[in-house]
Amino acid sequence: MNISIAENLYKQLLKIRIIEEEISDRYSEEKMRCPTHLAIGQEAAAVGVCASLNNNDYAVSGHRAHHHYIAKGGNINKLIAELYGKETGCSGGKGGSMHLVDKNAGFMGSTAIVAGTIPVGVGLSLSQKLKSSKNITCIFFGDAATEEGVFYESINFAALKDLPVLFVCENNRFSCFTHLSQRQPESRKIFQMVSAMGIESFECDGNDVISVYNMANQITKTIKNGEGPKFLELHTDRWLEHCGPNYDDDLGYRSKIEIKKSRENDPIKILEKKFPELSSSKKNSIKKELNLLTEQAFVFAENSNFPPEKEAYTNLYSQ
Amino acid sequence: MTITKKQITFSQAINDAIQTAMAIDKSVICYGLGVTDPNGIFGSTIGLEEKFGSQRVFDIPASENAVTGVAIGAALDGVRPVVVHQRSDFSLLTLDQMINNAAKWRYMFNGIHSVPITNRLIVGRGWGQGPTHSQNLQALFSHIPGLKVIMPSTTYDVKGLLLSSVFDDDPVIFLEHRWLYNQVGLVPEGDYRIPIGKAKIINKGEDITVVGMSYMTIEALNLIAVLSENKISCELIDLRSIKPIDSKCIIDSVKKTGNLLVLDTACKFGSVASEIITLVVEECFSYLKQSPRRITLPDFPVPTSPALTSNFYPQDLKIMEVISEMLSKKINHQKQERPPISMHDIPGDWFKGPF
Ligand SMILES: Cc1ncc(C[n+]2csc(CCOP(=O)(O)OP(=O)(O)O)c2C)c(N)n1
Repeated sequence: MNISIAENLYKQLLKIRIIEEEISDRYSEEKMRCPTHLAIGQEAAAVGVCASLNNNDYAVSGHRAHHHYIAKGGNINKLIAELYGKETGCSGGKGGSMHLVDKNAGFMGSTAIVAGTIPVGVGLSLSQKLKSSKNITCIFFGDAATEEGVFYESINFAALKDLPVLFVCENNRFSCFTHLSQRQPESRKIFQMVSAMGIESFECDGNDVISVYNMANQITKTIKNGEGPKFLELHTDRWLEHCGPNYDDDLGYRSKIEIKKSRENDPIKILEKKFPELSSSKKNSIKKELNLLTEQAFVFAENSNFPPEKEAYTNLYSQ
Repeated sequence: MTITKKQITFSQAINDAIQTAMAIDKSVICYGLGVTDPNGIFGSTIGLEEKFGSQRVFDIPASENAVTGVAIGAALDGVRPVVVHQRSDFSLLTLDQMINNAAKWRYMFNGIHSVPITNRLIVGRGWGQGPTHSQNLQALFSHIPGLKVIMPSTTYDVKGLLLSSVFDDDPVIFLEHRWLYNQVGLVPEGDYRIPIGKAKIINKGEDITVVGMSYMTIEALNLIAVLSENKISCELIDLRSIKPIDSKCIIDSVKKTGNLLVLDTACKFGSVASEIITLVVEECFSYLKQSPRRITLPDFPVPTSPALTSNFYPQDLKIMEVISEMLSKKINHQKQERPPISMHDIPGDWFKGPF
């Protein structure tokens, strides 16, 4: 891997981390009044996969979507303004953290019902196939989404129609407080199950952005070559509470060892270890630039107007 | 025999009802996403697993439709499942099993089977719950023949109605409004049942019939004192049971007052409020002094931004305004007597999101 690709990945990781930390720091001011699921710890999954996509490829996601939106190139000012419920937000304040969109970046929407966008992503790829487009759709979801019926129906449909779609399961082992072992048979691996359903499937350390990028890049190429749908399971860790700005290490639903390991598996540290030159020479200037960008986004959000009340009654139908 | 009563919250009353049911009858089980979480569905399932064991109280995979079908199957064999959804919106994934199976099973097999399941659905509001975390689905469910739909408003009723639902032999949709969860009330210990299908007259009156449900009953209740200071005698009916509906209670009241205002927590088109007004128009049209009115949410999804919700939910002042119009009477009122809250999108400072 050449250093410029690594540097770009590094920037993206830091960008998500800095923005998410700022949201976390400011959430208690009670100006971001919507349920907010932060992605600290899971940055590498979004960054590695999105770096293999181009702007015209599509992505969809679920309740925890800030990192996907950012990595796909979504507008940062509009993201923060959306959390503040402002008219300049990406959804005009109607959606909040759980309903993000940036069509210009190919981010076609994230919604709050678990697994709700999986078939929608398959539909986007059906359209791409119908149009003989060179682009693909990437569907981001968590491990719990693989428990919903619509997940299986969507996998089957994508396999049947040989669609240009990449399923990305970010497996952080938890659905809220509930460990995977209480939800799925322990001996079964998600990606192997999907493989048995007829979609070529892979797994990867989702905290190692280089591995994710290399693998996603290869897979994306094969999909673009017309080799049909693929599935990628990325093992990663959510650091904060399921929803909200705080750590919840004290609650005890995750073991101390597991928590310690997850913090050691920091995607940023892992990349810095592989490319020490990034942290030694570049980190400060990159951070400075990103801090500025983040600060500007919050200023933009704070200074933006709230939507006028009558906006609540717009855009329900096309006319 | 004296029955001990205690002051507990709505959430504790739900918890108490499930514990009571599980202690009376070993066939009662309780499951759903988050039932065994440290938060225990906003307190309503805390301690159940410890007390009754993980065979009877358990968390589930994110498979709402399947576990609803599983509940139906278990119910056919004598189990009484209580299935919990942290948001009514998530129960939309269960519609196939609820509507095609649960609602039909007894009828299509000509009474050979019963499906005694209770689905607890929590209705969200505020702190940006937004379009997919705050839907009021009572009209949708009550449209389906074969389902019973309950919407309690008070701490006393929630326990008695939940116990009746669990021991009812038909599928029950039990809708709990999140903003009621902290409401404190005097609740008897042990088993007591409030009959399904019976409304409750919360305040007797002569001038106007106001029919409320769930949180809207509480909004109306806030007004009773102001109305009586203004010499307006308001008959406030808390519906409690959406289906079967207590037609008699409503009709008798309208025959007395000649005026009807219905308060619905959901949007307008095809609402329970529409159904109640139709019922009254069909059954006692000649008693009506004027067109019945309804206060509902607008026919829009709920937006997220607090700027967009500031008047989205009609509150007590809106109810007062409509009553004033209907009775052509100016109503004098002091500033609201409620404890001040920092923002309109929370019911009190006990609720600061995120859910
Ligand atoms: C259909 C549905 N059921 C339940 C929920 C409540 N819920 C929100 S997020 C979540 C856990 C999702 O876990 P996972 O898909 O693994 O993603 P993660 O939160 O770990 O990123 C649940 C159960 C929901 N939003 N939708």
